[in-house]
Amino acid sequence: MPRLTVADLQKIKDKHKAEFALREGGYTVKIIVHMGTCGIAAGARNIMTAVMDEISKANRSDIIVSTSGCAGLCAKEPLATVELANQPPVRYSDLTDEKIREIFREHVIGGKPVEKYALVSGCESTY
Amino acid sequence: MEKVRSHLMLCSGTGCVASGTAKIKTALDEELRKRGLSDEIKIVLTGCNGYCAEGPVMSVYPEEIFYQRLTVEEIPNLVEEHFLKGRPYQKLMFREPEKKAAIPAMKEIPFFKHQVLRVLRNKGLIDPEKIEEYIARDGYQAAAKALTEMTPADIIQTVKDSGLRGRGGAGFSTGLKWEFASRVPSEVKYMLCNGDEGDPGAFMDRSVMEADPHSVIEGMIIGAKAIGAHYGYIYVRAEYPLAVKRLRMAIDQATEAGLLGKDILGTGFDFELDIYLGAGAFVCGEETALMRSLEGKRGMPRPRPPFPAVKGLWDKPSVLNNVETLAQIAPVILNGAEWYRSLGTEKSTGTKVFALTGAVNNVGLVEVPMGIPLRTIIYDIGGGIRKGKKFKSVQLGGPSGGCIPEHLLDIPVTYEDIVATGAIVGSGGMVVMDDNTCMVGTAKFFLEFTADESCGKCTPCRVGTKILLDMLTDISEGKGKEGDIETLQDLSRDIITTSLCGLGQTAPNPVLSTIRYFKNEYEEHIHQKWCRAGVCRNLVTFQIDEKLCKACGACLRACPAKAIVGEKKVPHKIIQELCVHCRTCYDTCKFKSIMILPAGFEGDPQEFLEKNAVGAKEEK
Repeated sequence: MPRLTVADLQKIKDKHKAEFALREGGYTVKIIVHMGTCGIAAGARNIMTAVMDEISKANRSDIIVSTSGCAGLCAKEPLATVELANQPPVRYSDLTDEKIREIFREHVIGGKPVEKYALVSGCESTY
Repeated sequence: MEKVRSHLMLCSGTGCVASGTAKIKTALDEELRKRGLSDEIKIVLTGCNGYCAEGPVMSVYPEEIFYQRLTVEEIPNLVEEHFLKGRPYQKLMFREPEKKAAIPAMKEIPFFKHQVLRVLRNKGLIDPEKIEEYIARDGYQAAAKALTEMTPADIIQTVKDSGLRGRGGAGFSTGLKWEFASRVPSEVKYMLCNGDEGDPGAFMDRSVMEADPHSVIEGMIIGAKAIGAHYGYIYVRAEYPLAVKRLRMAIDQATEAGLLGKDILGTGFDFELDIYLGAGAFVCGEETALMRSLEGKRGMPRPRPPFPAVKGLWDKPSVLNNVETLAQIAPVILNGAEWYRSLGTEKSTGTKVFALTGAVNNVGLVEVPMGIPLRTIIYDIGGGIRKGKKFKSVQLGGPSGGCIPEHLLDIPVTYEDIVATGAIVGSGGMVVMDDNTCMVGTAKFFLEFTADESCGKCTPCRVGTKILLDMLTDISEGKGKEGDIETLQDLSRDIITTSLCGLGQTAPNPVLSTIRYFKNEYEEHIHQKWCRAGVCRNLVTFQIDEKLCKACGACLRACPAKAIVGEKKVPHKIIQELCVHCRTCYDTCKFKSIMILPAGFEGDPQEFLEKNAVGAKEEK
């Protein structure tokens, strides 16, 4: 490492922001890929790879990806849920590599849910 | 850089390394690779997480799920369930000892919930071997501020206003200490760090040096600027190999990055830092002895004054701060004195780290705001007493401290309140004892330590601690005499008033405080030949209460001397001639049917136990 100046400290801090958003909870978008047995069989692995690829291309540090189990609607797998801060989560179904990339551009980056692929918004009620 | 979606913060503090972190790391690497997850899931080796009792431990982000007692066999299941399918793996999650229901998130675990992290701000969050990770969490920002925007007087004023007191035990104002040294004119001064942690059962400083070595270095840079020092040493015991390795690495990285050495951050300020390995003598934790040892001489204390601020290392003005104190400095400078004072009490500000050990369910490292009641630490964070036993006493301050009984558990943890009980906050060792702990034995344990560690310079300490130890040994072997308690107290006071350094001045504290709160036990040992805890073998008879015995045969099988007879549906009996008084039957019995009675007991055991059922009584 070269000798640092005061300004360099801030630069290093910014560069590592993404890593720590993950550990400290400073994120604004969360993408959940449903990876139950049904999801994996229907191709959720490719969806995950596409999501990871889009995020690294977008160079955004405030987006996190998480996996979750079967969402209950196995017939419409692969499923993914996109949660933007202060908005109800949107669940997408019957995903393909192309569809998830489009959702990423429109919804995750653009902020507008892609209605044609959306299954539901919000959560099931629980007691 | 590939996008990473999850961080596995695998603890590699000394505790978890001992319980197998390296094997877990290999197994995780292998399994993630097999599943094609290596690129999107990152393993970060962190310093001590604090929850050593359940190691190896690992926190998973962003979900903040806490896994414990990891085993190589379970790794494939864990990886498949959680990292592939996103289902947190219940089997390895934290379980509250009393409830047995899996609770996942860290913020919901009582052990973590009551803590406030300042010193341990980076524990389990950064990789201690990477300076970038420390910098990413505001690291060296405080040093930059101190070197560019503040005068030495500003720094000293801020530290004084924060109310920060030395965390090594004495509790002296850190700001004042710096001010004294800054006022002495000298070309050469030294900024020193005391990493010679020596109290039995204490591991706060080791943990900080292992988990966040840069926080100590940053505190030293700020202190050096405040007092005008350009050279410094970290004195650390050689028994802490991992701490030494990480400190060395941190110093090298900081030097390479221009954060140590000449012209730090281009500000023109020079500070060179090195490590000195101590050989692990307890007395070298005392400041004047530590400086002698650093000079390459035999570590022995000398009279003060002159204080080290005037004549310290090689007779130059020197400041010696404890590891934890130094780790508090950066946040104080960055956030200001008011912020620091917002936690704690008027005279005991901020937070304190404690090494919680002994008979509690959650053994580990905890950081709490000062002023919190002892009860909260022991029952909420510590999860209560192990195996459902009864609390007897908590020992604070190690060999220099004392025992605090049940009825004082609601006092706040501040320097003043703890001293009033006869104990001291000390460096932060907190040993919890249950009702099967003998208080004479406890005093004896600490005196064995101090008698051994006394450097021998002052006769009252060298000979006095030995006499105290001999008397305690006699009492625990049934050779106690009338008047022994008074002699112990008199001799203790003599040692305290006539010893030069803190070792001798505090060595009798464990004796005095156990006599103060548990005098009944001393009297029982001397007069009734009875150790109610069942520890002192010469002072005990074990008998089985026939009414409570379920004739289950557990004690019979456990007895190493084959001294118990009985069969199904027939209450068991102990043959006294064969009994070796090891207490195994008592610890094995689930029905509390084993009675602890005085040596050579004859008569009605129930009547005796009822008559003598008294708790801790404070001496009036």
